[in-house]
Amino acid sequence: MILVENLRKTFKVREKTGGKTGFSLKRKTRKVHALDGVSFSINKGELVGYIGPNGAGKSTTVKILSGILVPDSGTCVVDGLVPWKKRIAHVRKIGVVFGQRTQLFWDLPVIDTFDLLGEIYRLDKMEYKRTKDRLIAAFGIEKLLPVPVRQLSLGQRMKCELACSLVHEPSILFLDEPTIGLDAVSKLTVRDLIRKTNRESGTTVILTTHDLDDIEALCPRILIIQEGRILFDGAIENLRRKISGERRLIIDLKDSKDRITDSFVTVIEQNGPRVHLSFDPAKIHPADLIKRIIENHPVMDIFVENPPIEEIIARFYATL
Amino acid sequence: MISGLRCYWKYLKISLKGQMEYRGSFILQMIGHFFLTLLDFLGIWVLFNQFGKLKDWGLEEVALLYGTITIAFAISDTLSRGLDYCAEYVRTGEFDRFLIRPRSLLLQIIGVEFTLRRFGRLFQGLFVLAWALITLNIHWSLPKVLLMFFSIGGGTCLFVGLWIMQATISFWTVQGLEVVNITTYGGVETAQYPMSIYEKWFQNFFIFIIPLACVNFFPMLEILERPDPLAFPAWMHWVSPAAGILFLIASIFLFRFGVRHYRSTGS
Repeated sequence: MILVENLRKTFKVREKTGGKTGFSLKRKTRKVHALDGVSFSINKGELVGYIGPNGAGKSTTVKILSGILVPDSGTCVVDGLVPWKKRIAHVRKIGVVFGQRTQLFWDLPVIDTFDLLGEIYRLDKMEYKRTKDRLIAAFGIEKLLPVPVRQLSLGQRMKCELACSLVHEPSILFLDEPTIGLDAVSKLTVRDLIRKTNRESGTTVILTTHDLDDIEALCPRILIIQEGRILFDGAIENLRRKISGERRLIIDLKDSKDRITDSFVTVIEQNGPRVHLSFDPAKIHPADLIKRIIENHPVMDIFVENPPIEEIIARFYATL
Repeated sequence: MISGLRCYWKYLKISLKGQMEYRGSFILQMIGHFFLTLLDFLGIWVLFNQFGKLKDWGLEEVALLYGTITIAFAISDTLSRGLDYCAEYVRTGEFDRFLIRPRSLLLQIIGVEFTLRRFGRLFQGLFVLAWALITLNIHWSLPKVLLMFFSIGGGTCLFVGLWIMQATISFWTVQGLEVVNITTYGGVETAQYPMSIYEKWFQNFFIFIIPLACVNFFPMLEILERPDPLAFPAWMHWVSPAAGILFLIASIFLFRFGVRHYRSTGS
């Protein structure tokens, strides 16, 4: 579906030199390698999370994939087309949502944007109506359609944005921080809709986000980019294993004065009766460890946990 | 092409609907625009009232030049105000939005806004032109009527071309775009007077580089049956408005070149 090989892109950044006033005729330009040989491939129907710090090259990649930018070198084929060579044919097949910008007409009801998009994508009347009705039902936005966009809440608007980006039934959907600024409930709704779109329509989804909960909830596979290079490509589980095999055990003790000491565990913290432990499952099987602890301490409750994804990614960056 | 027009029509309806959300403001702005631009012509009237004639051109004749160029400018202004925002789109990255739609970029940018309130200027131009036509004793013929429309059409194309060029510059820099206004707003003011009052280099600039004289002064000479003070052959007066169309085509090519630059630099 998407094949990217050795993609490179350099930007010239202007720097002002000299002069306290900031006014100078001499201008220095500095080269920034936004992409420094990026390669990956994505199959049809995948849901891939694309993460990395600001300025790592995420949006440059998405812009090249969606045909906005032309790379300096490298190849990129999306669904049989080179995006920047066949812009119009290519963009008919993709949908893009920028979380920080809107494609809806601010002063007009959402339905007007819908209708205009139908015209822009040259959809046949019947076909358009069918897709529209299906999306409205699936997204539950019937009541929002006649409301001017400026009166919608951010969560409502994002649902409409997503629906609008699917009017032409794209085979690939690029989502750039779709949950940014949303409240917890709206975030869950938007995630649900993304998952539904991916599963039910088989839409390939590429999701860039800083919200790692999005990634954990949605993406079986992640790509991590930093300084223009792909540093990790695979399942979150693999990343976990690669970074640390460690697991977490949370135990609620009967007696908050009780202290756990065991050669297989390290105590991370203890808040009253609740103790956070970490252990290596390669050295001791979780079931055996639990048995050992229960034998020696009166216990109310036990949870086994993975270290949170934030921590994994932070540690991953730290190893570089 | 047909589908393009249909799409533009849709854009237009949406733009109008958006403007109608603020109906009161829209009507006031239109009336304001009418009087503001009419003041312009009153200035000329005062001038003629004091000095009588301008190189043997009377007020009625100047009103003909004024009316036609104002109408052309007003139509272009109404149609292509969206181009004015191009610099803003490029600066904020909103321009990317246009690139991910399977339509011509110019269609989308122009479609963003159909500025109805600019009709104020159009009515004012029509008003002045009507007065000129009633006062002047023109011997009308079918070719002359056609030339009149050709002149206004050519003028509209020329101004749209200038707006497109202004938008194109924004792919390189988003500063100093006002320079182009010398040729748009300045151009309208210039073309309101007969070319013969200007210096030679200034005339040449508005004939060969930005062909304002070709879409207005030359065809109007034929309609008024006046001799050409610049001594161009008569056939040229009849075909010269085509220069506006050529100018528009050239500007579209420049725009495409600008887009290529944008897509390779991303700035």
